[in-house]
Amino acid sequence: MSADEQPLLSVRDLSVAFGSGSREVLAVDRISFDIRKGETLALVGESGSGKSVTALSIMKLLPYPAAHHPSGSVLFKGQDLLPMPERDIRHVRGNDITIIFQEPMTSLNPLHTIEKQVGEILLLHRGLTGEKARQRIIDLLTQVGIPDPETRLQSYPHQLSGGQRQRVMIAMALANEPDLLIADEPTTALDVTVQAQILALLGDIQKRLGMAILFITHDLGIVRKLANRVCVMSKGRIVEQGEVERVFTAPEHPYTKALLAAEPKPDPAPPMPDAPVVVQTDDLKVWFPIRRGVMRKVVGHIKAVDGISIDIRKGETLGVVGESGSGKTTLGLAILRLISSAGPVAFMGQPLQGLNFKAMRPHRRNMQIVFQDPYGSLSPRLSITDIVGEGLEVHHPSMSAAEREQRVIEALADVGLDPQTRFRYPHEFSGGQRQRIAVARAIVLEPTFIVLDEPTSALDMLIQAQIVDLLRDLQKRRDLTYMFISHDLRVVAALASRLVVMRNGKVIEQGAAADLFRSPKSDYTRALFAAAFKLETAPLDVVAQ
Amino acid sequence: MDALAKAAQNGRQPETQAIGPGGLVVPPERRLLALSPLNKRRWQNFKANRRGYWSLWLFMVLFVVSLFAELIANDKPFFIYMQGKAYFPAVVSYPETAFGGDFETAADYRDPFLQKLIAEKNGIVLWPPIRYSYDTHNLDLPTPAPSPPTWMLTEQQCKAVVERKGLSGCRDLEYNWLGTDDQGRDVVARLIYGFRISVLFGLILTIVSSVVGVAAGAVQGYFGGWTDLLFQRFIEIWTAIPSLYLLLIISSVLVPGFFVLLGILLLFSWVALVGLVRAEFLRGRNFEYIQAARALGVSNAKIMFRHLLPNAMVATMTFLPFILSSSVMTLTSLDFLGFGLPPGSPSLGEMLSQGKANVQAPWLGLSGFITLAVMLSLLIFIGEAVRDAFDPRKTFR
Repeated sequence: MSADEQPLLSVRDLSVAFGSGSREVLAVDRISFDIRKGETLALVGESGSGKSVTALSIMKLLPYPAAHHPSGSVLFKGQDLLPMPERDIRHVRGNDITIIFQEPMTSLNPLHTIEKQVGEILLLHRGLTGEKARQRIIDLLTQVGIPDPETRLQSYPHQLSGGQRQRVMIAMALANEPDLLIADEPTTALDVTVQAQILALLGDIQKRLGMAILFITHDLGIVRKLANRVCVMSKGRIVEQGEVERVFTAPEHPYTKALLAAEPKPDPAPPMPDAPVVVQTDDLKVWFPIRRGVMRKVVGHIKAVDGISIDIRKGETLGVVGESGSGKTTLGLAILRLISSAGPVAFMGQPLQGLNFKAMRPHRRNMQIVFQDPYGSLSPRLSITDIVGEGLEVHHPSMSAAEREQRVIEALADVGLDPQTRFRYPHEFSGGQRQRIAVARAIVLEPTFIVLDEPTSALDMLIQAQIVDLLRDLQKRRDLTYMFISHDLRVVAALASRLVVMRNGKVIEQGAAADLFRSPKSDYTRALFAAAFKLETAPLDVVAQ
Repeated sequence: MDALAKAAQNGRQPETQAIGPGGLVVPPERRLLALSPLNKRRWQNFKANRRGYWSLWLFMVLFVVSLFAELIANDKPFFIYMQGKAYFPAVVSYPETAFGGDFETAADYRDPFLQKLIAEKNGIVLWPPIRYSYDTHNLDLPTPAPSPPTWMLTEQQCKAVVERKGLSGCRDLEYNWLGTDDQGRDVVARLIYGFRISVLFGLILTIVSSVVGVAAGAVQGYFGGWTDLLFQRFIEIWTAIPSLYLLLIISSVLVPGFFVLLGILLLFSWVALVGLVRAEFLRGRNFEYIQAARALGVSNAKIMFRHLLPNAMVATMTFLPFILSSSVMTLTSLDFLGFGLPPGSPSLGEMLSQGKANVQAPWLGLSGFITLAVMLSLLIFIGEAVRDAFDPRKTFR
């Protein structure tokens, strides 16, 4: 690449601030980077570091005038986009620069067909209508690998899977053959297998159309696989940028080093074949009936969990993996008897089946759950003391307030939080701290068994590793038994002593985690592992699309 | 402290904010009535809406003042000091004999005879600024009722009264600032009492129907399924009943007093909030923190009250001022039609209907209209400000 070649997009000294006066918050602080034609630049950093805001300000999609730019310019083909009037920038958006978002579930309008949504862009920027537009849409859908595009034209978004929706989003982004595609965490909401497919598709399209991609992600694996150059962002600044190889092999900034070292270290509890069984299920089923017609006759069932027999022994961690929709979470909820199920569940040798809410209450002390979303799992209107102490109120009604407070303090200290913060409300804490609070709420009752339902998926890499360390540490000190549900195999590998691979409500494979990771037996498991560890796609019939 | 030492041993400092550089943070004071930061911001947002903020103040002043209506417009003085004894006629009923009269009946302090008796004994009488109550008939009307405001009278009109009372002119008469109604009762006094009864009625109706509505919506939303289905169908049928006609029929059978009327209106007004609260609970019951509470074994009632209700309260609070104003409107319209409060009660609706019947006396219709318009506008302005204050997406500059 010659030095005098003008970059396609050149961001110079860009700042973004929200609010005004004393409430002004600087989200992006004087960053500069270039994207040349046909190259992929990755923007990595933890959540809140200003990645998405940067992307949105290139498109000028921020909520102006609440957001404003104290400094900087965004030169696209030598033209500054920031002072450009709204009418002109609309010609750039969707035509020269396009964007795909993280959440394919909400970035398509649920009330319009695929044809209409893709067609809208063709109509706006090229004036294509009727048969010509239709041909182009089919052409685009074929390009992004949607099977039978003709029949899919009349589909609504809810009739497509998450991966297919993201493909439609990509088709819309490609419609006018843009020079620059901004991909804002396009695979974060997808399964690993689907993620691998989408990444392969993006790489393939880039090769064919020669466009530049600005790829925003927090996943270093993706960066390594896909990008030419990388910018590492932290707290609104670019702390390091350079060629991917150089940054990965010889990082300069301490933050980059920490990020690269943040892989959760695999040190799972060993399988304990002789320990007493804590949880046992035999042919456990959770079927949701499908009812049709006036009489609401049951015509079939959605088999979320379809005949699963597992046992979890004391001190072990049972990892449950599988794509979304495979019934992992439902299995966890069924074992805790939070949804109705069929088939015996035994906890510490006592049958739980058929117990009503009241009769379950004494058992609840010993079995707890930590949820995925640390923002949703804490009641926003209660202080931390109230949240953590709630279970104590239920199970130890005779406990005095001072005693309860003492227990809360101990639990908070145990999860590595300063107990002095217990008077605060959840919104004052970061995601990782909230997840620690959720863990404290579970352990304050001193349970024997905890279901961990994707406790790390909503967190940044650095914090994921910290939470994994915390969980492992607690397990050792308190002799806990875990059921660890996750689609993130790297985290599972760090914690699980045994592994259950689920698909469509059934167990595909189970066994000791070490053996399974070394030599998976089924094609599905192999595909899952390849996608997770090497971002490789599998033959179409093995995994869902 | 033992626990702190443990935290330090773990050596894992939490990621950001909540802990200062020294690792220690002074615990924030928790006062009993302290507003949470969120509510503080809402209050700031509310105050930022100048119109709503001033409306709230104005309304509160009017309401509090009208609560003491007996001390503002009354046909009994609030204090009499006579022969070393203190009397409080506004609160205690005294027989006429207490002041040296002839009858054992309750004293009529507007009676010139009694006034003379007290004056002869050098009694000190403290009157409220307006010496009429809502049901006091002005016996010295210069013109046939409805009589115009005193300051509008011509000397010709008040000649007869002025001569009879031995005064020098119209301006010496006891003032009816806004005239009288068709039974010779002072309009200002009736407005003050009418305002109070309207707002009180509206408030009670709003609070009771909100409590019932929120409870019904909460149960439907939380339990869902058949409970929800049956309850919803019932509400659909219930709201399909033309309530106004039913009200007319019931109030022609029962003698409608304040509480009967409240009861009847309550039958239909509680549904207003059900849909909202139900939706909030339906949405909320699948939140992870609700699941977490259930996994802890917290009882349903407690989950609903402690975790879900605060969510629904935002929507409820937003609607309250609007429900209040519509309650006031309902009472007024029933009074206007003559099916409301019993005859003789001070009511804005009755004032309006008098205004309609006496077009030649515009002070009736105008006073009633302006009072209602001001009251409802204030409530709507407050409502708007509350709505904006609770809107998390609204930005204020």
